[in-house]
Amino acid sequence: MATKKLAIIATKGALDWGYPPFILASTAAALGYDVQIFFTFYGLQLLRKSLNHLKVTSLGNPGMPMPMPMPVLLQALPGMQSFMTSMMKSTMKKKGVASLEDLRSLCIEADVKMIGCQMTVDLFGFSPSDFIPGMELGGAATFFEFAGESDICLFM
Amino acid sequence: MATCDKELDARGLNCPLPILRTKKALNDLTGGQTLRVVATDPGAIKDFQAFAKQTGNELVESGEANGEFTFVLRKKA
Repeated sequence: MATKKLAIIATKGALDWGYPPFILASTAAALGYDVQIFFTFYGLQLLRKSLNHLKVTSLGNPGMPMPMPMPVLLQALPGMQSFMTSMMKSTMKKKGVASLEDLRSLCIEADVKMIGCQMTVDLFGFSPSDFIPGMELGGAATFFEFAGESDICLFM
Repeated sequence: MATCDKELDARGLNCPLPILRTKKALNDLTGGQTLRVVATDPGAIKDFQAFAKQTGNELVESGEANGEFTFVLRKKA
């Protein structure tokens, strides 16, 4: 049986949105899939050397569970985003959810190929040294080389 | 309870860590050897069945006691 392939496009640079690509990529790799993730636009944040800057936000996100009801304008106050992020991180730790860094390391260990979008790197003025070693730069055509033969292709 | 060639304590870990650690632990075994995994993630029951089915490693035992799930996998030859 030929090896199955999973292709993921990661476009979000929030702490919570970093989980789906890394969870699915690492799990697929453990199941024997060949996996590639193409990080574009805000998704590039998931390839930065440190992921400490990633945050969650409740703004524009009415589905986020809150410990207490809070008017949206209050949620927009300075410091709220950092506060919610540290709450989320401590809840995750308590519940045995892996840190994003750990999941990313597990992906790298499992040979998940990470491609950073060259256009976005140029657009936002990043330098290749801002990103983890092992990341490759490429464009849409590079992604399609793998995605075109994939069994599963997900946009996140 | 039969002895296994390797034990993995995945208690307190949440999805997908029990599966990822299991995969890693299986890498240290040779075909036919067995691995016992203890987990507390309720999602693990279905996940271990699915893992076994997709990877060809046989799930030879699966049980639950006091909120802990025990799985024994035999590595694919």
